[in-house]
Amino acid sequence: MGRIIRHIIAIIAAVTFPVAVLTANDRQKPDIGDAPASLEAAQDNAEETAPDVDIKSMLFGHIGDSYQWHITQIGEKHIIIPLPVIVHSSTGWHCFMSSKLEEGPYKGLYCAEGGKYDGKIVEKDASGNEIRPLDISITKNVAGLMINSLIVVFLILGCSRWYRKHDVLKEAPTGVAAILEPVITFINDDVIKAAIPGDHSRKYAPYLLTAFFFILVNNLMGIVPVFPGGANTTGNIAVTLTLAVCTFIAVNLFANKHYWKDIFWPDVPWWLKVPVPLIPLTEVLGIFTKPFALMIRLFANIMAGHAIILSFVSIIFLTVKLGPAINGTMSFITVFFGIFMDLLEILVAFIQAYVFTMLSAVFIGLAHEGEKTEEEAGGREQILVSEDASAEDK
Amino acid sequence: MPDTGLLFWMLVIFVAVLAILAKWGFPVITSMVEKRKNYISESLALAKKADEKMSNLLKEQERIIREAREEQNKILKEAAEARNNIVRQAQEQARDEAAKIIAEAKVQIEADKESAISQIRSQVALLSVNVAEKVLRKTLAADKEQKELIEKMVEESLKIDPDTARS
Repeated sequence: MGRIIRHIIAIIAAVTFPVAVLTANDRQKPDIGDAPASLEAAQDNAEETAPDVDIKSMLFGHIGDSYQWHITQIGEKHIIIPLPVIVHSSTGWHCFMSSKLEEGPYKGLYCAEGGKYDGKIVEKDASGNEIRPLDISITKNVAGLMINSLIVVFLILGCSRWYRKHDVLKEAPTGVAAILEPVITFINDDVIKAAIPGDHSRKYAPYLLTAFFFILVNNLMGIVPVFPGGANTTGNIAVTLTLAVCTFIAVNLFANKHYWKDIFWPDVPWWLKVPVPLIPLTEVLGIFTKPFALMIRLFANIMAGHAIILSFVSIIFLTVKLGPAINGTMSFITVFFGIFMDLLEILVAFIQAYVFTMLSAVFIGLAHEGEKTEEEAGGREQILVSEDASAEDK
Repeated sequence: MPDTGLLFWMLVIFVAVLAILAKWGFPVITSMVEKRKNYISESLALAKKADEKMSNLLKEQERIIREAREEQNKILKEAAEARNNIVRQAQEQARDEAAKIIAEAKVQIEADKESAISQIRSQVALLSVNVAEKVLRKTLAADKEQKELIEKMVEESLKIDPDTARS
């Protein structure tokens, strides 16, 4: 282990220092003569010779959504995959590739720059104000979701195909089934069956397993920096909102009498519920806060992870101005921390998928709990929540 | 704010994925895994049962061997007893037989003795008649002499061995 870490550090150092020195030489040729150039002078000089790096827009450009999939930039040439734009504006439905917007407005539609709808496709109404049409474009995130969903579907169907084609009593699983079976049995037995009582677990298992693998694959693909990955899907509130709504429906639509009784007429002293329905009110609020917490937890964790990794990477570009020595050192530290953060994000990707599934299962379990096992499940939920909180304090 | 378009697509995509996987994906896998799990636990139970049966059989076997040995001992003992009985009975019978023979012999002897005595008596009577004849043939001078003579004769005749008397 120690040897591997030493090798990694050596490789990072070998790559980053020459690159840093080269870029610094390139950018700061006038400075080479006077070595004790002050920081301020160097900065000014850099601003003159190279355009300033706009970290904020870079960061949000990567985390946010866009109408095209920007892969990389070679020299001045951007490598971009254009994606279809589908909008319903005042002139009806329009469907075209996003590359058409680059030469200016297309059929009265254009990308807003600044303002309320920064980066979104807008049109101008009669009085000249920017308004947003109904926009269901296949954006970068939608395309990412589609690719990731295809991966999930192929993985799981590949696994189930193995079980269809082979006699499970005579052969041990191979290939994709061998990889996925332990994960599926772990989630199914230790999370779903542990939280949802009796036969209900069978009914909810497909949803919870789908949610788990959907979130896991999206989280992992979000970490991959090149084309099929890199879309910040689970770090987008619309995605987590949909997932949370699904859990909300799964919990409340099939809840038993005992669950509703516990909400509107809980076992508390009468004065807490009769003149002013204090506890019922909090319980009703709780129906919505539980999925809301699920939504925010997943969104915030993944978005924060992406933001941290991107911030680390941008340190390299920020420190270019400060001279080769500092830039090289900082690059080294940055790449090291970047690797650390990436590994941490892989862990978080799994933890967040697990936590979402587990809490969904617990909430569903609570909606099907009989009176006898109620306290037990409550205790379990509290433990889970505290575990989750500690996981979030990263 | 969540974007409407993304929300729409996410809903469509997720519901599609959920429908596909809930129909053809997870139920197949989980039911198969369950099937295998049940099969394994059943097999384990069967193996345990077989093991128990085996140990029961061994016990049974031991019991049967032990019983057979006991039976053997018992039979041997009975055979020995029977032999002893037979020997004892034979001995007793022999003894009885012997006693009976002896008794019969004794009776015979007694009878012989009786008959001998009676023969002797008749012999004596014959002798005494003979003597008396002889005496009478000799002149009987005096009573006294006669008497002495008779007694002498009787005594003489009595001295004769019974056996010789009989023959």
